[in-house]
Amino acid sequence: MSDTKKFVYINRKAPYGTVYALESLEVVLIGAAFEQEVQLVFVDDGVYQLTKGQNTDGIGMKNFSKTYSALGDYDVNQIYVDEQSLKDRGLTMDDLQELTYEDEDDDWAEKSSMKLINREQLAELIDEADVLLNF
Amino acid sequence: MKFAIQINEGPFTHQAADTAYQFTKAALENGHEIFRVFFYHDGVNNGTMYGVPPIDDRNVQAMWSELAEKHDLDLVVCVAAAQRRGIMDEDESNRHGKGAANIAPKFRISGLGQLIEAGIQADRLMVFGD
Repeated sequence: MSDTKKFVYINRKAPYGTVYALESLEVVLIGAAFEQEVQLVFVDDGVYQLTKGQNTDGIGMKNFSKTYSALGDYDVNQIYVDEQSLKDRGLTMDDLQELTYEDEDDDWAEKSSMKLINREQLAELIDEADVLLNF
Repeated sequence: MKFAIQINEGPFTHQAADTAYQFTKAALENGHEIFRVFFYHDGVNNGTMYGVPPIDDRNVQAMWSELAEKHDLDLVVCVAAAQRRGIMDEDESNRHGKGAANIAPKFRISGLGQLIEAGIQADRLMVFGD
């Protein structure tokens, strides 16, 4: 592949109810093989995708929430959560899974992949993207 | 400019597939290049040849096939989305024992990697539909 681009995935929807959250994860995992720069953003109801303790027994859907913890192994370690979206829903970072990666430049130390951002930072992030995929 | 097109909605409920078609046609007429058209989510329903809309309605699927014939477009249907919704070529149909294929002329079935590649190769990836 000739050049590297910045792929930004915007996740806006709750994990269940529509197929978008599941599909987004699918594209991210397949896209990881292309060795591009990847950033994931969770905004609006999308923040629910990362909540701890999901249980889908009652709705007959596959609980795919554990897959997010594999992202670090795919070198997907720039994960941004919109602060306002959390606040609007009465959530804090403590309600979310802790996603980590092992930093190969720092003796494989385990580090957090997650960063809280405000709307201004979100706008910047979108502005700097080469390819925007909205889910 | 080199465009890639992503279509996320089926042919009739939403206007997204029509708009994507009009955009693609206009881009080609104005000398731009279309690297690939990728059909995703319900967008894969644009790729069935069994759609028979009323005679006074447009046939979005046939419009795509014609445009692809004329400009040698690469129309790609996402395989996982297509399997879920029953869009199959000969190989897929045989593999799943379904007896008949329904993929429209000039469409082909492939994976999500084709979408990522389109994002890398094109100057702009245009997304139509939710």
